[in-house]
Amino acid sequence: MNAERPVVLPRTTEDAASVLRDAADRGLTVVPRGAGLGWASRDADLIVDTRELGQVMEHAAGDLVAKVQAGATMGHVAQVLAEAGQRLALDVPPDVTVGGMIATGLAGPLRFRYGSPRDLLIGITVVRPDGTIAHSGGKVVKNVAGYDLGKLYTGSRGTLGLITEATFRLHPLPQAVAYLIADGLGRAAAVETVIAAANSPLQPSAVELSADSAGVLLEGTTDGVAERARQLAGQLGGMAVSDVPPPWWGRLPEPPGTVIRVTFWLARLAQVLDIVASSGTECTVTGPAGAGMLYLCTNTDARELISVLRAAVAGRGSVSVLTDPWTPADPLMRAVRDQFDPTGRFAHAG
Amino acid sequence: MTETALTQAALTEAALTEAALTEAALTEAALLAPELARICGAANVITDPLDLRTYECDGLTSHRSTPAVVVLPGTAEETAQVVRECAARGIPFVARGSGTGLSGGALAREDGVLIVMSRMRTILEIDPVSRRAVVEPGVTNLAISKAVQHLGLFYAPDPSSQVVCSVGGNVAENSGGAHCLKHGFTVHHVTGLEIVTPQGELTWLGNGTGTAEGYDLVGAFTGSEGTLGIVTKVIVKLIPIPEQIHTILAAYETTSEGGRAVSDIIAAGVLPAAIEMMDALSIEAAEAAVHCDYPAGAGAVLIVELDGPAAEVEAELATVRAICEQAGAGEIRAADDPEQRAVIWAGRKSAFAAVGRISPEFIVQDGVVPRTSLPAVLARIAELSEQAGIRVANVFHAGDGNLHPLVLFDGPEQEAAAEELSGAILDICLDHGGSITGEHGVGVDKSRYMPKMFNADDLDTMQLIRCAFDPAHLCNPGKIFPTPRLCGEVPGNHRKRPPLPPGVEIF
Repeated sequence: MNAERPVVLPRTTEDAASVLRDAADRGLTVVPRGAGLGWASRDADLIVDTRELGQVMEHAAGDLVAKVQAGATMGHVAQVLAEAGQRLALDVPPDVTVGGMIATGLAGPLRFRYGSPRDLLIGITVVRPDGTIAHSGGKVVKNVAGYDLGKLYTGSRGTLGLITEATFRLHPLPQAVAYLIADGLGRAAAVETVIAAANSPLQPSAVELSADSAGVLLEGTTDGVAERARQLAGQLGGMAVSDVPPPWWGRLPEPPGTVIRVTFWLARLAQVLDIVASSGTECTVTGPAGAGMLYLCTNTDARELISVLRAAVAGRGSVSVLTDPWTPADPLMRAVRDQFDPTGRFAHAG
Repeated sequence: MTETALTQAALTEAALTEAALTEAALTEAALLAPELARICGAANVITDPLDLRTYECDGLTSHRSTPAVVVLPGTAEETAQVVRECAARGIPFVARGSGTGLSGGALAREDGVLIVMSRMRTILEIDPVSRRAVVEPGVTNLAISKAVQHLGLFYAPDPSSQVVCSVGGNVAENSGGAHCLKHGFTVHHVTGLEIVTPQGELTWLGNGTGTAEGYDLVGAFTGSEGTLGIVTKVIVKLIPIPEQIHTILAAYETTSEGGRAVSDIIAAGVLPAAIEMMDALSIEAAEAAVHCDYPAGAGAVLIVELDGPAAEVEAELATVRAICEQAGAGEIRAADDPEQRAVIWAGRKSAFAAVGRISPEFIVQDGVVPRTSLPAVLARIAELSEQAGIRVANVFHAGDGNLHPLVLFDGPEQEAAAEELSGAILDICLDHGGSITGEHGVGVDKSRYMPKMFNADDLDTMQLIRCAFDPAHLCNPGKIFPTPRLCGEVPGNHRKRPPLPPGVEIF
């Protein structure tokens, strides 16, 4: 992100709206920014920083719902919710802001069981590029009134305007957890472990892969978790059981380097790993493999690897270079973007 | 001529012009029949007025409108061709699945084509390792679970009409079901959609993984009530059948006692698969209809279902039982084999139909409130019911605050009062920060309530999506939004123009 550009830090949705109306009048290009952790840097006339929008606005513990401002960090949100024994089941790094998480569709290992932000987001407030404030959803878990703008803003990477507030469905914090870890696995064994765990009725919360290690998270009641860990360890074989995560658990790739996200149908896990291994590209491989997703990070030229992977998962997955700025290419996405931001001022990739 | 008379004349002329236009529109849609027959086969096009009447309403029978023509395409490509014909001529079209919707979402247009998807009912692919199935939109909800049962898998969303309702309709409505408290709605279980855009192009949203680059168009499309295009293939998630399922029935003197049990279960950190409640009147109806043998004299019956790994269900069961007792349950029954569980569920599942036993007519309402507001909301509904002299039977998904008050009435003289009470219930839901619909959709039935829940900017913003997908406003028009937004020309038209049908020239 370009440091010399003017930065505004709105404190409320209305503040943000007046800033964006003004920017629209002047035809300024704008980039929304959360914690500034994004991998893809973009330039703009104006940076709207959400860090002053950092409050947990409402935690209705009895309803398992919380409304937060977009600049709140997930670490802060987790702390507030934990006081009532609850959590937002999106275990991203604690510095990530709520808005940044939604805009990038980021999720952690719990993605396997709970999905991504789109699955837990039940209401959203945004400011459109022209400065119009809009809401959709609400603060009830079950609601089918109107189009769900939250879905649209998930993965929008700043191109549809600024997310200012979000309401989420919460879950109780588990009484107990167990991590089942196997290290030094060959490729075939890793694939076998991940697929067996992902399809187990013992209901794992996460199924992760990191280099030659595989890990499974079980959550639940104290007795239940102990028994399930015993059963699953027996079924999978060679797993060590621990109540603390291994150091690599949920760690996102760390640039410098090219970060590539590959998504795929689980049946193609072996194929994806084989392609990476045989490509000769030196790269780290981590992520929620059981959920059909891996992050690759490399310091060498990855273009060949990317094109081979794209061909392999075509129609049944995706390959995204997360260190490159994103701009909508699909005709329907472009049509949506053109409705919200006809002149393409927001988070322009160019 | 006086000014009034002038206005009168102008109005009459306008009405005549409108009538002529409507007549022309009707004819134009009907004239499409030969073209539709060429695309889909004459046997799959319906023009006979009597046969068309079959399609005059969906599950909401209070709204009726007979389509100009009905077509039943057999493939995605045929569907796309049908839509292209409509788009080229500016004729509105409406997609329909099994017609079980409860908000008139599939209500036909008299000047339009009704595209019925029920012939497309093939399960195309089952991938047990990836736990995905690819199905056509006319496949029924329950058919998916039946097809994958031998693999130890099932499809989680379970709307009460699951024996007949179609997956395509489920996508349009983002259908829920009794077990969505834990397992989520249709939108949580659909990972890819092949659609026909309102211009008649076949395209894919999502890729089946659940994560695609950019906007979550699968999510935005799901629940858009057929206004953004027509689904021709659906990729659904399958999940392992739970090791154990345990159903508990607890009887209480009042719904507020039952409500206390629900709050305590949630506070204890237990997330059951389902938490349902019925009040005295709905218990009475169910008893009359199916002899469900619920505890005699109960003022409320609570049904809690736990599912998951056996070790967890055992632990949770002890907690839930203790909580139900502490809340003052007069009787508790528990079952873990399918037959006994079905006995417990029988009364609840029959409730809507059963109300027919105690009232000649009734309105099924669908509203949502934050769960903790349920006692206050039920009390207020009881007050209004008493004031209006209209009985209300309450059946609700207590776990997620989704109410289905059944507003009972007898004859046309009570109908208006029942309608009014039913509307007032939605106002109560909104007063408590809730929603006007939890699972039945807005359709034609509730579009007039949308401005109570959302402001003009919210509705305008939602319709930007509509403008992106359907700028000509031909795809299921008149649903969800009380006032359609005009879609202005936008710079850079990225949509391809639909190809012209053969024989059409541009002058």
